[in-house]
Amino acid sequence: MAKVLKLNKGAEQCLLELLRFLLERGKVKGVFTFSKVGESGGVAYSLITDPAALEAALPLFPLMPVDAAKVLSRLTLVEPAAEPIAAVVRPCELRALTELIKRSQGSLDNLLLISSTCGGVYPLETGVNGNIGEKLPGYWEAVKKGEIAADIRPACAACEHFVPYNADITLALIGNKDLDKQCLIQLNTDKAEQFTDGLAGELSQGEAKSEVVDSLRAKRQARKQELLDEFGVEDSDIQKVFEKCIVCRNCNKVCPVCYCKVCFFDSGGDEHDQRYYETEMGKKGYAPVLPAPTFYQLVRLFHVSISCIGCGLCGDVCPVNIPLWAVALKTGGAVQNAFDYLPGRDLDEGLPVTTFKPEEFAATVD
Amino acid sequence: MGEGFTPRIVGFLCNWCSYAGADLAGAAKLEIPASLSVIRVMCSGRVDPVLVATALLQGADGVLIAGCHPGDCHYREGNYYARRRFALLKKTLETLGLDTERLMLAWVSASEGQRFGEVANQFAGQIMELGPNPMKTKISL
Repeated sequence: MAKVLKLNKGAEQCLLELLRFLLERGKVKGVFTFSKVGESGGVAYSLITDPAALEAALPLFPLMPVDAAKVLSRLTLVEPAAEPIAAVVRPCELRALTELIKRSQGSLDNLLLISSTCGGVYPLETGVNGNIGEKLPGYWEAVKKGEIAADIRPACAACEHFVPYNADITLALIGNKDLDKQCLIQLNTDKAEQFTDGLAGELSQGEAKSEVVDSLRAKRQARKQELLDEFGVEDSDIQKVFEKCIVCRNCNKVCPVCYCKVCFFDSGGDEHDQRYYETEMGKKGYAPVLPAPTFYQLVRLFHVSISCIGCGLCGDVCPVNIPLWAVALKTGGAVQNAFDYLPGRDLDEGLPVTTFKPEEFAATVD
Repeated sequence: MGEGFTPRIVGFLCNWCSYAGADLAGAAKLEIPASLSVIRVMCSGRVDPVLVATALLQGADGVLIAGCHPGDCHYREGNYYARRRFALLKKTLETLGLDTERLMLAWVSASEGQRFGEVANQFAGQIMELGPNPMKTKISL
């Protein structure tokens, strides 16, 4: 059981009040959250230090133009944040950040992690079409009832890890029927209690988990199966799945756990000299010329499947609409199960590829 | 499986054990399949799944990885990582509907020339039965 602070305000207002409180009292130097960009409805992560600038903040806006983990990793890569920063992130972004930190790509020191039970986000297309505004009332209605909101990103509709794992503060959104009037802030850590000390609200004990949360998890698990069946990746033919790939590498650029500074595909490691192609043509009657989509996708899966947190950005940015999120869910799920590993659950849980047990996988060795 | 099929097998052999084991097999004049092309690596843990994928997609019919027995690694634990990487590789290929029978991980020490011969011949036989790698004939990689 954790301490729960009840504020009689709508969820977004309540979160803004918390952030304003943290800034005004000097408890944090900056706030990392979504802000409005221009008038076209775009949002982007920004660091806000002036409480007045919180006017433009939209901390719960259901869109993910970039994964916060990637940004936070850049902000804390060389050394931990010099002064405390409150970061508002989604549960999957938090998991991705945990995975990056396991790979020494950032630091949690001086970060106050604020997350929420997550209703999912809309595909980027919905965001750029400018009609996301019409969908918002329905979205919040679904969150209140603990249902899967219509038209959200398929990866979100299939996500069962929507309760954050390592957040200092969790906003209980799912299943809160009075979301417009009151808000529950769950303080998971001592750090959270220290930071929120002095914030006016009704204190009690509670847990973000509830029957509504469990039933939503069951609904999403069922949806996951449906979607995997629908996209035909259950009995996949690799050639068929990836034949449309144009190796634009969007999926590689947006993936939060794909972190190498110099990617294998930038290193020239996959390139051949002219003579290679001539020899191949002579031998086979054809020579596969780069880019090689199947090879690219395979290598990507080798690298990220163990840490894939299923955010679905890869599928979202694919210009030829390959259901990459479904491939990632299936392969990632299978690989993670094989190692009994859930990415982003626990910072102290070692990466499967950098740890081992002397007695294991006997069957894989001949 | 066509007539006159000569498989091409890529073998990643650990410098400290299996490579020496293969050498010993040669010195003892044991029969080693000619289809095996050996690449010496400093540790079986160095074999990145990417190398295996490269070999398979460019037309190798089989890939053999051989390293030191558990507990005998020259770098103390490289072969344990190799085993995990191999499990990851196999699982990934499996979920994508690719053949994992074309892959083999085996432990062969420097003194096991006999065993190296057996492992290589058994794997070559297995590949002979499987026939040519279908990915060889697929144009789009």
